[in-house]
Amino acid sequence: MFPFNFEWIWDMSHMVFMGGLWYALSILGLGITFCIVKAAMDTAKGKGGTHHH
Amino acid sequence: MDSALIPKGVKRCPIWQFALGLGIVGAVLLWGVYAMLLCWFKGLNQTNMNDYYGFALWIWADLAVIALGGGAFFTGLLRYVIGKDELKNIINYAVLIGFICYSSALLILAIDIGQPLRGWFIFWHANVHSMLTEVAFCLSCYFGVLTIEYLPLVLENRQLDKVPFVHNLTHTMHEHMAIFAATGAFLSFFHQGSLGGVAGVLFGRPFAYREHLFIWPWTFFLFTWSAAAFGPCFTLLVTRITERIAGKKLVKDNVVQLLAKISGWMMFTYIIAKILDTAYWAFTTAPSLGFTLKDFYGTNGFYNYGWLVAEIIVGGLIPALMLITPKIRANRGMLTLATVLAVIGVCLNRWVMVLQVMAAPVMTFDEWALYVPSWQEVATTILPVAYGVILIMISYRYLPIFPQEAELNPITPEDAEGVQASGDSEPVLATAQA
Repeated sequence: MFPFNFEWIWDMSHMVFMGGLWYALSILGLGITFCIVKAAMDTAKGKGGTHHH
Repeated sequence: MDSALIPKGVKRCPIWQFALGLGIVGAVLLWGVYAMLLCWFKGLNQTNMNDYYGFALWIWADLAVIALGGGAFFTGLLRYVIGKDELKNIINYAVLIGFICYSSALLILAIDIGQPLRGWFIFWHANVHSMLTEVAFCLSCYFGVLTIEYLPLVLENRQLDKVPFVHNLTHTMHEHMAIFAATGAFLSFFHQGSLGGVAGVLFGRPFAYREHLFIWPWTFFLFTWSAAAFGPCFTLLVTRITERIAGKKLVKDNVVQLLAKISGWMMFTYIIAKILDTAYWAFTTAPSLGFTLKDFYGTNGFYNYGWLVAEIIVGGLIPALMLITPKIRANRGMLTLATVLAVIGVCLNRWVMVLQVMAAPVMTFDEWALYVPSWQEVATTILPVAYGVILIMISYRYLPIFPQEAELNPITPEDAEGVQASGDSEPVLATAQA
């Protein structure tokens, strides 16, 4: 649910619940995006060809 | 093809044996899928749920697998945030078990809502006054965390790892896993708690109702605590079962002992809190609502005092004492027994907090309402177990789940010759001997 939905009310319950959901999703989304971008940049620099853990 | 996918330095069973195992478990899975389709196409009339049991076997299974999957968030917290480095040797398996448990929970919920196509309503038309909304949010987000934690393990497959981008992605994700693990622990704290909170706020159900700390009933904290305490026991138990089936040791004793010790102390402190909570409820809360302990345990042949003893003493205090006693914990048989008792204990706790709550009479004219699940409910509850076994089989065969496996089970020249002659595997002696 977003603030532009007809059910939205600017009260504490909506802000805490939905704010918490977006916050968690943002951390996960930004985190995984960062990992993908960094991996792509490292690959472009030629890293990771023969190295193994 | 198969041998090229198996991790280096380890030995796996022949492909026919693996396929046979998959076929047997797959048959059980299909039985569950058939029952699931019946529930989706014909509706919830396929179940024995009724006006007394809006929550039934599925919700118990949901709460139980979520508690048992708690090993993932707690082990992740210990490994990535607190810095218990030894646990890196079991964290992969904890994540896999957690992934199975949470995907199973979501699958069960998808069946339970009857209309899975409307599953997204809980996010779009959220009831922001419901603890279950918070559970749904945290559960979905945490499943995302577990997927992110499981993904590098999949990408570490021998063939996938050869792709430079995949290799770099795995490396980067491992480097930043602490962020995801911390987010997972935060989410778990709230959804585990809210699952307990749902029972504790039922002021119309004196069997479940508990006193509050601010807005949170005591069951909120007890559920989170118990998941953190008992979840690692399930990880240890499944590890032990895997070792027995594989016929070899997969994790070193010091790792198992550390996790068992931490789990034991968590269980011990939890069970003290649980006993205090039960005593306060029995002697203060319930009497204030017009009930005595006998009303809940002494008037029905099925739900008797044995449940209380089984949950708190047999499934709680005894395994906790076993795990915190070094001599008993060091004995593998006793350790396994303690984990079995602990798993039974936490499942009993969830059963009581879901089904006994529904069964206990509330009004003076009420009677105990007992419930027997339909075969469709049983089959769809066994379905995730079969799915879990299959995912473990595939992951164990093709992914480097146990980092210590090659070191603990060096491949001898005879092994290498025998396996290569049958064309089943391609062990690499150099890696195994390293």
